[in-house]
Amino acid sequence: MMTRKFLPASLLACALLASGCASKPTLYYWGDYQPQVYEYLKGQGKSHAEQILALEKIIQQARAANKSVPPGFHAHLAMLQISEGKPELARQELETEKALFPESAAFMDFMLAKMSGEKK
Amino acid sequence: MSQSIRLFKLAAVLLLATFVTGCATQKPYDYSAFKRSNPKSILVLPPVNKSPDIKASYSFLSYTSYPLAESGYYVFPVAVVDEVFRQNGLNAPEEIHAVVPAKLREIFGADTALYIEITQYGTRYMVLSSDTIVAANAKLVDLKTGETLWSGAASASNNENQNNNNGLIGMLVKAAIDQIVNTLTEQGHVVAGITSQRLLLARPYGVLYGPRSPYYGKDEAAGR
Repeated sequence: MMTRKFLPASLLACALLASGCASKPTLYYWGDYQPQVYEYLKGQGKSHAEQILALEKIIQQARAANKSVPPGFHAHLAMLQISEGKPELARQELETEKALFPESAAFMDFMLAKMSGEKK
Repeated sequence: MSQSIRLFKLAAVLLLATFVTGCATQKPYDYSAFKRSNPKSILVLPPVNKSPDIKASYSFLSYTSYPLAESGYYVFPVAVVDEVFRQNGLNAPEEIHAVVPAKLREIFGADTALYIEITQYGTRYMVLSSDTIVAANAKLVDLKTGETLWSGAASASNNENQNNNNGLIGMLVKAAIDQIVNTLTEQGHVVAGITSQRLLLARPYGVLYGPRSPYYGKDEAAGR
């Protein structure tokens, strides 16, 4: 009698403990964003143009999963576009970062101001 | 059948006992400064590297966004931040860590900065085994007041889930294979990913949940 009650309860406890952390849904769609960041930081290997393509693929995957890309993502993409000589696209990405994450406003304004300064 | 139930009961009780004692014996972390500051954003500075592996700093840095953003914070894009420092002549993490908080706040508009130090990164080769360890500590500082809101340390090893029950020859062969695998696949970078999650995800003794997390303000429920 006692054991019959105890068994399902302990099974449930074990299942909860095991699954506890793994089943939490993430706030953002990450894809291979962090490996791409490492790729950039290492500075050898994939070209910036290839990195831009990889990031654009993550944006599409995120859209399909109905999630947003993580904080910093659009600013990182903007930096790559600046280095590829695409200031207009970069500006759009910086504005997107600022709109999605108002916490970034001061830094995005700093980046935008720096871009228009460099144009002269 | 009844024996297996008895075994199961014993296992369940032991498991429970581990959890109960595990939590009860540690002193609670003092989060009063953290709660007063209530930060929304974190500027992760390039980690200072005390290990001999020059890849350590960037390897670890690339993993810091996930745990902090998923804990509910705005995390400044680490590579862009690094680039800004470089363009201003600051290349070494030691120099960057020495920049005064007010200056960081002025440029980035960040509420806090995270200062990470990597104490171990790499593979130790021993006779019977090799293991790759990454250990780091971190300090979260309020950029308005300069006050430390939280600090912690974590480490991880790729040997954690292996047991050495093989015979001596088997172990020697395994050691040789492990050494090859560890260097070939950048084991350090893999282990750094585990260390960064242990160090930077919101959990007991870790950072609190930030405003973008559904658990924000509910840390007390987890005994904090």
